[in-house]
Amino acid sequence: MIAENVFFGIIAAAMVIGALGVVTTKNIVHAALYLVIVLAGGAAQFLLLGQEFVAWVQVLVYIGAVIVLFLFGIMLTRAPMNPHDSLDNNLRWPGAAAALFLAGILGSLLVHTFHADKLHIDAPIRTATVTNAVFRVYIIPFEVVGVLLLGALVGAVVLARRD
Amino acid sequence: MLLNQFLLLSAFLFCTGIYGVLTRKHTVLVLMSIELMLSAVNLNLVAFGAFHNSVTGQVFALFVLTIAAAEVGVGLAIVLLIYRNLRSADLDDVDVLKG
Repeated sequence: MIAENVFFGIIAAAMVIGALGVVTTKNIVHAALYLVIVLAGGAAQFLLLGQEFVAWVQVLVYIGAVIVLFLFGIMLTRAPMNPHDSLDNNLRWPGAAAALFLAGILGSLLVHTFHADKLHIDAPIRTATVTNAVFRVYIIPFEVVGVLLLGALVGAVVLARRD
Repeated sequence: MLLNQFLLLSAFLFCTGIYGVLTRKHTVLVLMSIELMLSAVNLNLVAFGAFHNSVTGQVFALFVLTIAAAEVGVGLAIVLLIYRNLRSADLDDVDVLKG
């Protein structure tokens, strides 16, 4: 039980640092790399929760594909690489106030509601169980998501095409 | 482990994402902050799935992942269009609707 909490603490600290890096760093490429830390930490937390399929999908889809897309986006828009250019607008303090306000509300509500709930993870959930659920119970949402992905792909090609 | 430690971590990630969306100027950075918020939601879903010992949380997290991938694809296409039309990908330059 102790080891789990120690691992959780280490991963959570890395994720917090990464998340703050994403929103504060002055270099866009560094922001993408900080995002890798957060997403990899998320995958590690999923493993800690015994949900391994979604953890590996997170590694493949997010770290493998989405980050590469971001780097392409940074490259194609010739993002400012000069460290003296500010990447923030002048809403820093109102933004921080809004975020802190929401954090206060969410934090107090969560502490109030779930303060006694403990997680009991006996064995990881096997991939076969997940796929059974996807292809039996959630087959219609699965097909809808497939069509949505196709639509998004075609839409992205149509939008980005030069003609 | 407590359920709350995952939920609080996810709440922190979500609020960080909101801060990023509100304060970042470059469009790609705003999209990254949105990814931060989406992965916070995923952590919440998976934590509740583990709490209820059910597979549903994981399945919903998979759907969120898929939607996030589609969103990034279309979002970056739109960013490219903005860059092509305005020669800049800063959101402050997208002010055609300003009176």
